[in-house]
Amino acid sequence: MIELKNVSKTFNKGKANEVNALKNTSIKIEKGEFVVVIGENGSGKSTFLNLVAGNIYPSEGNIYLQGEDVTKLPEFGRSRWIARVFQNPLSGTASELSILTNFRLASLRTQRKKMVIGTNRKFVEKVKEQVSSLNMGLENKLEQSMGSLSGGQRQALTLLMSVMDEAKILLLDEPTAALDPRSAQLILKTADQLITQYGLTAVLVTHNLKDAYTHGNRILQFSEGEIIRDISSSEKEKIQQTDLYAWFE
Amino acid sequence: MNFYLTAFLLGLSLSVIAMGIFISMKIFNIPDITTDGSYTLGAVITAICLSHGYPLWLTYLLAVFGGALAGSITGFIHTKLKINALLAGILVMTALYSVNLSLLGRSNLPLLNVRNIFQSLSFISDIDRNTFFILLVITTLLWVGLSLMLKTDFGLAMRATGNSESMIKALGVDTDRMKIIGLAISNGLVATSGFLVAQYQGFADINMGIGIVIVGLGSVMIGEAISHWFNISSIWINILLVIAGSIAFQVVLAFTLSLGIDANLLKLITALFVLFIVSLPNLSFRKN
Repeated sequence: MIELKNVSKTFNKGKANEVNALKNTSIKIEKGEFVVVIGENGSGKSTFLNLVAGNIYPSEGNIYLQGEDVTKLPEFGRSRWIARVFQNPLSGTASELSILTNFRLASLRTQRKKMVIGTNRKFVEKVKEQVSSLNMGLENKLEQSMGSLSGGQRQALTLLMSVMDEAKILLLDEPTAALDPRSAQLILKTADQLITQYGLTAVLVTHNLKDAYTHGNRILQFSEGEIIRDISSSEKEKIQQTDLYAWFE
Repeated sequence: MNFYLTAFLLGLSLSVIAMGIFISMKIFNIPDITTDGSYTLGAVITAICLSHGYPLWLTYLLAVFGGALAGSITGFIHTKLKINALLAGILVMTALYSVNLSLLGRSNLPLLNVRNIFQSLSFISDIDRNTFFILLVITTLLWVGLSLMLKTDFGLAMRATGNSESMIKALGVDTDRMKIIGLAISNGLVATSGFLVAQYQGFADINMGIGIVIVGLGSVMIGEAISHWFNISSIWINILLVIAGSIAFQVVLAFTLSLGIDANLLKLITALFVLFIVSLPNLSFRKN
């Protein structure tokens, strides 16, 4: 589903502050895998995620989504495959627009946004049904602006928005970093549900090793721009949570 | 009384600029100075076409096209060449001054012996009433059209582009393209205003656009202040308030002039008035 072939990313090439954020990395993520990416700050895990998402391009190497070469395809062109949840709840939603409008746009992620009014009663019912599954009581506040909601609510809605249109890949960039522990648990629980329900291929970047242990079926550990550990699902079942902590010592 | 009627009619004509600024400023968060040039461009094209005997519809199409082209150039410079939006607007505005001057051939072109829109379309015998009627119909059509457009999926994507670029990119929208289209629509509207004012005033002048962006901005700010006051989220009413803002703006200016203030100070008064409106929310906030 996601494949990187000999991908390198260098920032500020040739200057004194040159950074090799990712070094000659090759990795294949199969359909239905839920990969958790860990690593210290500056290890290259965010670079990895951004390369897949398309907001930065590799200095060398190629990226494939579902076998298609997307190396030069900008972010908006990759929305056919990819739905994203950002670290900052503000990034994944439009605060001045209503919940309903945000969902409308999300429901057109893989399609053209045409000159037709598509927010009809049928659509409203569909969104109501989706939103009520969160049990947050937001289904009756669809006209409210996104900005009036808490970070946790917004992240939960962003997650739901990702499955409003056909999604194949879900990218979660530290989605719980800005949330309180309870909201964080709810978000990850919802993510687990949606990934299973829709058979998504998912990549979760996190600093929380407990989450890395509890969620997903494959772990990648990045360090200094390289993947230093690749734990498959069968291996993951054997390791203990304390093992993860040991990797960082 | 006639004095205020003139202000009212001018307010209606300029409300089309305000709608344009509403798109660039409120929807895209881009302070677009191209306005000063594209307004004059709209008027210049109108004056030239009408005095050459072009039909009204063709004149209008060319004026709108001119404005839209200017806007898309600003959009292109801003998004593709990564130049600050304010600077991109100033560059195009400056360039347009020369363009307008060479098109016009001189600094002022009167439209004395040509049939303008207010004469061609005559529904009511009273000239002022007829002008009012035509302007009202045009403004209403643009208001409805713009509001509907912003309700479509395309319009929603447009609004999201100005509000959360990261989100809308991830949802598959080419934000560069969207901004270019948005600035084209915005400046097309501005040129429409130039088209109307040139015919209303009966001339096109090379300097008529100076500071017009402030007039549009002021109108949008008045509309926004009222919208904030009553907590209005409907796009229909918000745009209607912008139109009302434009009329209020001209009436206030007319009132100021009627107090006997030197007409040379008009721009200064305009600037101070806009400053007053813009700072109003912050001033009252501090008191609380």
